[in-house]
Amino acid sequence: MNALVERVRASAFWPMLQKEFLQMRRDRLTLAMMVVLPAVQLLLFGYAIRTEVRHLPTVVLDESRTQESRGLAQALQNTQNFDLVATVRDRGEMERWLRRGAAAAALIIPPDYAADIKRGRTATAQLIVDAADPLSSSAALSGAGAAALAYGTTLQTAPPPVPIDLRVRPWYNPGLRSETYIVPGLIGILLSITMILITSMSIVRERERGTLEQLIVTPIGKTSLMLGKILPFVLVGYTQMTVVISLAWLIFHVPLRGNLLELYAITFGFITANLGIGLFVSTLVRTQAQAMQASFFFLMPNFLLSGFMFPRAAMPLPAQWIGLLLPLTYYLQVLRGILLKDVGVAYLWPQTLVLLGFATVLLALSVRRFSKTIE
Amino acid sequence: MTAPAREPAVVTRALRKTFGDLVAVQSLDLTIGRGEVFGMLGPNGSGKTTTIRMLCGLLAPTSGDATVVGYDILTQSEQIRRNIGYMSQRFGLYDDLTAYENIRFYSSVYGLRGAAREARIDELMDELGLAPRRDQMAGTLSGGWKQRLALACATAHRPQMLFLDEPTAGVDPAARRRFWDITYELAAGGTTILVTTHYMDEAARCERLAFLSRGHLIAVGTPDEVPKAFGQPTIEDVFIELQRRDEGVTA
Repeated sequence: MNALVERVRASAFWPMLQKEFLQMRRDRLTLAMMVVLPAVQLLLFGYAIRTEVRHLPTVVLDESRTQESRGLAQALQNTQNFDLVATVRDRGEMERWLRRGAAAAALIIPPDYAADIKRGRTATAQLIVDAADPLSSSAALSGAGAAALAYGTTLQTAPPPVPIDLRVRPWYNPGLRSETYIVPGLIGILLSITMILITSMSIVRERERGTLEQLIVTPIGKTSLMLGKILPFVLVGYTQMTVVISLAWLIFHVPLRGNLLELYAITFGFITANLGIGLFVSTLVRTQAQAMQASFFFLMPNFLLSGFMFPRAAMPLPAQWIGLLLPLTYYLQVLRGILLKDVGVAYLWPQTLVLLGFATVLLALSVRRFSKTIE
Repeated sequence: MTAPAREPAVVTRALRKTFGDLVAVQSLDLTIGRGEVFGMLGPNGSGKTTTIRMLCGLLAPTSGDATVVGYDILTQSEQIRRNIGYMSQRFGLYDDLTAYENIRFYSSVYGLRGAAREARIDELMDELGLAPRRDQMAGTLSGGWKQRLALACATAHRPQMLFLDEPTAGVDPAARRRFWDITYELAAGGTTILVTTHYMDEAARCERLAFLSRGHLIAVGTPDEVPKAFGQPTIEDVFIELQRRDEGVTA
């Protein structure tokens, strides 16, 4: 036992760790990367990425000019999905608005609209949407249909019997706010970016400056070298995560429903898995510029296939399979599960185990690949 | 007991290194005695650095074998690492650490701890005259100071053998002279030194020299013997003659 304690005490891991902390404290850029960068990115992404569409500029071509037609336009306006920006006189003028992009939707109410309603027939109105951006148009359309239906019932004296009354309740995110969906995912994305980038860059920097060569001729072991090098980054990861979660809560009002302690514990597996990827990248490249490119090569599928922005269920099967190979896919389930749904390890233990598995395999693989020679 | 102290510091047997089609070192047989100051000369690309890197365990040889301070480079690289110091032309210092912190880091990596380490750091600072620069960042030191600091880091563990790969490249003459004085003190203390250089005055200060050209060992001997073997008046003439031959072959 004493021999073991002595071995641990004498390990070259400690001076390595101490040196890394010392350098990190002096490296303003890394410190900035820890706090400022995630904050800025959170604000940018958090405000820019909106999958629900609000305030689509809309023109109205009202050929009916009745109280009923104005009521319909008002009903659309009230959904807040549409902003009525102008009234146009004919179809030509309407098209010019759409072509210029000044309007993204147009409501056409035909002359016999009010007359149809009064005769008890189904009244028809047309909503034209600029579907060059299908995401915004489909979101807007679903809102419009519901609004029209609701407005229609107010016009009828006796509501018709409804065959099936299906009431949809969006749980966990009742307002269907995209911030609530996007921002927790951003925690995972930002952690991936910084962990992979700073790990790969910091090892390649030692290679470029010749200090790695100097270290290799010392008796320091591979494992001591790598662990001493990357363990400080675990702390960086946690700091960053705390910054992002605080801002998400303060600025975007993302609910923090679950047990944050459990989230922090599971995050250890995710951070280490990403450090493993960073180490792996550093064994593939020679220069910091290459490290940057290779890191983004590994990050790209994380943005697209992990379920961060696009639901995985909508992807073709091969894309889903690739997604299964990404630690972020599992971590996103953990983030949304704990923050939005208040579920804990009782539900999330499979993801937790997978993350720890990733961490172990990636670290072992990278330490093996990291050759103690400089060839 | 195989008393390694009686063995030569370095023995290479048909040591060879190729990078693809390029033969960097061609079947090298070399013996360096204990406590010797041994110089390696040759034009750029002649295989000096590759040889040193193989002996330090930075590169695996393609074929052949060698022992360094009594240990086999293929199977006992950890023992070798404990007993050698290595200083490259890039110095391998951390620019964002002070002189003191650099020495402390490397001596800790070599297993020195606590009071023993602090005593050793003081000793090195004293021997190399680094005390006035103790708290200066290594990145802001001039070439001569960096070189001395690198030597302090490479010798923190009192290695039996020291490999110096062009240690005085880009350093002013006064600093070069001071550096060689320190090197000789180390050699006087029993440290074997293998040094590569492009400076002829430095070559003349070595006890024995090896000339390399295009991966071949051309000549070995004292600074007096080598020029005679080539029928040239000085080491510098031998060097220029070799370079001329190299270029003749390439053309």
